[in-house]
Amino acid sequence: MSAVPGALRGERRRGRVSGVLFHGFLLFSLALGIGTLVALLAQVVIKGWSNVDAVLLFEPPSADPAIAGARPAILATIYLGLLVIALTVPIGVATAIYLEEYADKDRWYNRLLEVNIQNLAAVPSIVYGLLGAAFLVRGLGLGRVLLAGAFILTLLVLPTVIIAAREGIRAVPGSIREAAYALGATRWQVVWRQVLPAATPGIATGSILALSRALGETAPLLLVGALTYVSFNPTLLGDFTALPVQIFQYIQRPQEAFKTVAAAGMVVLLVILLLLNSVAIWLRNRYQTKW
Amino acid sequence: MATRELSPAVPHLRAARRRWGEDVIKGVLALCAFVSVATTVGIVVALFLPAIEFFREVSIWDYLTGTEWTALFSEPQFGVLPLVGGTFLVVLFAALVCAPFGLGAAIYLSEYAHSRARAFLKPTLEILAGIPTVVYGYFALTFVTPLLQDVGFDVGTFNALSAALVMGIMLLPTVASLSEDAMSAVPRDLRHGAYALGSTRLQVSTRIVVPAAISGIIASFVLAISRAVGETMIVLIAAGGQPNLTLDPREQVQTMTAFMGATAQGDVETGSTAYKTIFAVGATLFVLTLLMNLVSIRLTRRFREVYE
Repeated sequence: MSAVPGALRGERRRGRVSGVLFHGFLLFSLALGIGTLVALLAQVVIKGWSNVDAVLLFEPPSADPAIAGARPAILATIYLGLLVIALTVPIGVATAIYLEEYADKDRWYNRLLEVNIQNLAAVPSIVYGLLGAAFLVRGLGLGRVLLAGAFILTLLVLPTVIIAAREGIRAVPGSIREAAYALGATRWQVVWRQVLPAATPGIATGSILALSRALGETAPLLLVGALTYVSFNPTLLGDFTALPVQIFQYIQRPQEAFKTVAAAGMVVLLVILLLLNSVAIWLRNRYQTKW
Repeated sequence: MATRELSPAVPHLRAARRRWGEDVIKGVLALCAFVSVATTVGIVVALFLPAIEFFREVSIWDYLTGTEWTALFSEPQFGVLPLVGGTFLVVLFAALVCAPFGLGAAIYLSEYAHSRARAFLKPTLEILAGIPTVVYGYFALTFVTPLLQDVGFDVGTFNALSAALVMGIMLLPTVASLSEDAMSAVPRDLRHGAYALGSTRLQVSTRIVVPAAISGIIASFVLAISRAVGETMIVLIAAGGQPNLTLDPREQVQTMTAFMGATAQGDVETGSTAYKTIFAVGATLFVLTLLMNLVSIRLTRRFREVYE
């Protein structure tokens, strides 16, 4: 009799030690992620803060780090953002409506469409850059212009927007649709007047998050030729360089002083992305309805 | 959808007349959906046409088995193994960081954290996934590499190790988030049953929850690895530009993506063999990640079927 409780107690003590060790490992995992985040933000802000000034915001790039700015790149990033949102939201939402409200899910081509979108979401971003280099820059003869960059970023984040919009649409309960049909609404009236308004917060949140991903991208833009030295304000059909590409260019320069300019550019980029993300989170919390 | 559900009760319900406007709308929506199909077709054509031209000039056997990559030299060698090896090395070390620690963070969030701590910790961790890769590259170059040198690693300014470690951290929230989703789909009853039999939290986590969610967890690993294979900026900035067939992470390497990024920056003449190599390497990369994505989608689907 006495052997059994003893064994039980031993088991428990051993269990307690490994339990504590395991708990420690889990906490360390989490701390590793969050600690790195803090170190990264600190490194960027400490190095770059002193250089976030009028020169950075309002001057063109230069070979002299003291007067090197990023105005054309910042402007181009703003233009790219506006174009990407104007292109992705209509196409992405229309695709999501088609898949959720119209498509017959038993048809092979609709299932293929779904797998295709899932796959596209995981294609490396640099491959989209190759698509742009082959078709837009070379094939269409558009050249290495801002519009080509905007198209590529649009295709890159389109799957993300589609997936987010589908989730938003799916969250609208079927009873709303049935009630509208019962009142004699056509399918499009149901979608346009009932489903879409109810799904808007989810769609907006997903689109803004996708936009912030597009604005942080560097690699696909490198391949459509965004590394040209640009000292004038960007136009739709002119040479361009976006903020992340400009940062990359500054990192690559041999002089140490340019690393500081690069860090200052990162502060600006992170502030833009952080603002976008905060708006997305605010939208979600403010307008999301729980059915 | 909704009308179809109603139809058994009202079998004779039919539209009085055809609504052409509705048909046009459906057509426009389908056209938008077609954009993503066109994208896939475009990618395949854009990659494989130049790649096929490339393989007319360079034998595919030499490409796949050659151990020397000097694509931009005057007498070029096109052996892709150093680039594939460089990718493999970086991905391996990135996976060694993101898989165990991502899973650890997921278990903590799903099984240990209070709901209030979780509501704060999960979004904080996900900020990591939203930071641009060019910033990670800078962090690897100016913070992690000097840190490695300070703790006694014999590394140069450019090395595979620091790029891989930073990439692992970048992918940690991917693994954590998806694994946590899979674990929260495990029914409460299983946990309660195990606790009722006297299990500790460690036992419930490792013997009940993780095995039940294993296909979702593996899918998250596969997705993270596929992202690591396709990641460009970190390796381009921090891992150096020297194709190098090595298993020593302290040396500098060039990955497939870094080669593409570095070559696209230079003045490569459109249509030259060097230009086509970018597409040949891109096609190799695309096939590699496509296979991994298909595995990941299949695994996720399997895990979905388990408890629904």
